[in-house]
Amino acid sequence: MKSCLVVDDSRVVRKVARKILEELSFACSEAEDGKQAMEACAQQMPDAILLDWNMPVMSGIEFLRRLRKMSGGDGPKVVFCTTENDLAHIQEALSAGANEYIMKPFDSDIIQTKFAQVGLL
Amino acid sequence: MRVEDFDMFATLLKQRSGLVLTKDKAYLLESRLMPVARKWNMKGLDELAATVRTRKDEALLRDITEAMTTNESSFFRDQKPFDQFKQVVLPKMMEARASKRSLRIWSAACSSGQEAYSLCMLLQEEQAKLAGWRIEIVGTDLSAEMVERAKAGVYTQFEVQRGLPIQMLVKHFKQQGDKWQISQQLRQMVTFREYNLLSDLGGLGQFDVVFCRNVLIYFDQPTKSKVLDSIARIIAPDGVLYLGGAETVLGITERFRPVDGQRGLYTLASGPGFSTAGLKAAAF
Repeated sequence: MKSCLVVDDSRVVRKVARKILEELSFACSEAEDGKQAMEACAQQMPDAILLDWNMPVMSGIEFLRRLRKMSGGDGPKVVFCTTENDLAHIQEALSAGANEYIMKPFDSDIIQTKFAQVGLL
Repeated sequence: MRVEDFDMFATLLKQRSGLVLTKDKAYLLESRLMPVARKWNMKGLDELAATVRTRKDEALLRDITEAMTTNESSFFRDQKPFDQFKQVVLPKMMEARASKRSLRIWSAACSSGQEAYSLCMLLQEEQAKLAGWRIEIVGTDLSAEMVERAKAGVYTQFEVQRGLPIQMLVKHFKQQGDKWQISQQLRQMVTFREYNLLSDLGGLGQFDVVFCRNVLIYFDQPTKSKVLDSIARIIAPDGVLYLGGAETVLGITERFRPVDGQRGLYTLASGPGFSTAGLKAAAF
């Protein structure tokens, strides 16, 4: 079973995403901000990370940059999932090492196709 | 809805689009035709039915037909056929047409154009190999509204996230407010035309590759046969036809046969066939 870390400061979004991902047979864990996500990755790298952009303490983009420098940090497939929906943000995310990008609002179809595209399904 | 009204609408749809409407779809008829009735300032479906009976207004009949057709589409729908196109069909076609250096592809019942544009994006990736080739992509749909949408190439945020890898979005689309428009370069690669699959297809010319996926499922058996036979008349002798995952030619027409080992791919029964021998990446 593949693992996915869901990083979002909204409890509701985490819950919705978790439900969709569990239906796709992922073992899910959650983090409320980039810092918590760093701690989770230091303990064990997940196969996938669903990542919000704007969060208190540490943003998603900052987390991603730090993750890619960590030992084993190039392993997880990172899929942004954010309300930031302009080209500049998307390009910034890709150059920081994101594998895919979801613009909120999302549904299970979008998560499924995006995860399939990066080879997680 | 009264039974005779349902039957009248069903007959009209069958004649004009081939669409078969079974009795259990009465709810669909009602929900889709109400907006048409409103547009034409009618009180409801009774008045709409009465008007159709007494006055054969072409614009009204067209609105009714378009409202009832399904326009579901997404970029790289089902993915596999596109991988297969890139790895098997395109190399094979390029080999067979090496001297002529031209290729014509048809996206039949193209809806808002995602299938045709997905092919454009694939062909762009292969452009180094295709230098000097004349490639024509034609998209047709019976709905004037869909043809206009396809030509404009403007999609919602939701549409560009269904099947389209993010790198392709960045590479080929421009943001316009909350919508995304496909690049002019790609729009120029496709000719979109209003065309009814039930009409004589001769005016479209001959095609090397035909995509007619998830269209036949809406037709009854005789209509399926008729459409497949018409396609057979305008496909190149060694051309290929793509059908949807739930569709087949078996028992419907003798003119096509499945290509061995290639799901969803068909070739003319009378043609030389489509052999994937000699191709490296034929891993399907």
